[in-house]
Amino acid sequence: MREILTRYGRHNVGFLWIFFEPMMFTLGVTGLWTALKATHGSTLPITAFAVSGYSSVLLWRNCASRCALAILPNQTLLYHRNVRVMDIFLSRVLLEISGATISLLFLTVVFTTVGLMAPPDNIALIVLGWIYMALFGVGLGFTIGALTERSEMTERIWHTAAYLLFPLSGAVFMVDWLPASAQKIILFIPMVHGVEMIRSGYFGALVKPHYDVGYMVLCDSTILLIGLWLVKDASQRVEPE
Amino acid sequence: MIELQNLNKAYHTRQGQRTVLNGVNLTVEKGEKVGILGRNGAGKSTLIRLISGAELPTSGRLRRGMSVSWPLAFGGAFQGSLTGLDNLRFICRVYGSDAKAAEPFVEEFSELGYYLREPVKTYSAGMRARLAFALSMAIEFDCFLIDEIIAVGDSRFHAKCHDELFGKRGDRALIIVSHDAGYIREYCDRAAVLVKGNLHSFTDVDEAFAFYQGSEN
Repeated sequence: MREILTRYGRHNVGFLWIFFEPMMFTLGVTGLWTALKATHGSTLPITAFAVSGYSSVLLWRNCASRCALAILPNQTLLYHRNVRVMDIFLSRVLLEISGATISLLFLTVVFTTVGLMAPPDNIALIVLGWIYMALFGVGLGFTIGALTERSEMTERIWHTAAYLLFPLSGAVFMVDWLPASAQKIILFIPMVHGVEMIRSGYFGALVKPHYDVGYMVLCDSTILLIGLWLVKDASQRVEPE
Repeated sequence: MIELQNLNKAYHTRQGQRTVLNGVNLTVEKGEKVGILGRNGAGKSTLIRLISGAELPTSGRLRRGMSVSWPLAFGGAFQGSLTGLDNLRFICRVYGSDAKAAEPFVEEFSELGYYLREPVKTYSAGMRARLAFALSMAIEFDCFLIDEIIAVGDSRFHAKCHDELFGKRGDRALIIVSHDAGYIREYCDRAAVLVKGNLHSFTDVDEAFAFYQGSEN
């Protein structure tokens, strides 16, 4: 409805923080990995590897983290019948996605211009993978956000889960490097498919990607449905102050 | 007009379900001024929040045939870390009215001056109430919901509110909830009394008043 709740940035000096923050993260990680020569035993260009990996992590992780406990500070706004719980989550998620997207675009363009990164091989594939990850972030954000409304414990568990999921999410490895038995297991994690797709778009023939579009669609729709259902349930129980 | 049919509201509490409103029926026509009397905890604020749509009833039907304000109460309705002016813009946008046009009126009416550009969380209760009142006057609603708010502020502000609400907007509908019978007697055409989640309607304010007195003992 009115997801124009774009006010989260106004009282800060700059809304630039929206994409500056994810950018700093990505830059930091890229720098660290470059310094450590942490190519994880492969010959892929490290900058592109880090940018593509870490940006995608930020996409789903920030969506969920920002939605956690999002209702509380905005609870008074629910006094207005046109403001629904859904709007609060939606506005936060949209903000995170645009921030992460701008950050990715900016870094890619700058690094490519400077020559630290080769231009991406197949942009359409990157966009597709990114959309998949963004939708996943929306669903995850709704789910986590609604669950934290039920119990604040969810937020704590989510912190741990996000931390553990980060190394497993495909940001620091390519599925192809893993032994076949591990590949099977890791491909159950939805984020891995998205990262693989994005990487395959970046590197083209340099990598052998493992992703399954059917499974991706299934994951996205499942998490979105769960998220929407939970948000609906949450809006029934929330009471404006 | 606003129509409530067999409205129920129950809350989940630590000790299980608790019914706050029990089969409430109420009809408010355009321009009518209805008072709802009830003691503390009778469910007055819950009722008014249901009418405004801020909360959803557990069961029952509610029809809103005119534009209804949000419940004007002491707190709430604002985002604390935004300034008064930002809140004004936000609320105007949410209700689809022009914020630019409303600004001078709110500035003049709320008498907040300097503080309008400060975060709402630094306001006192009286300042908040003034802002809330000014804002709701800036957006033209057909029906105003008032949760004992006019009782705040000094007598001059009181008079101003009175002039805006009963003078310039005398044709609008009004639902006031209060525990102060005198107040309702003064302003409302008819009244209802809320006791233990049941709403008893009266066509005559004095009858309601007598019932209210009786229910108190």
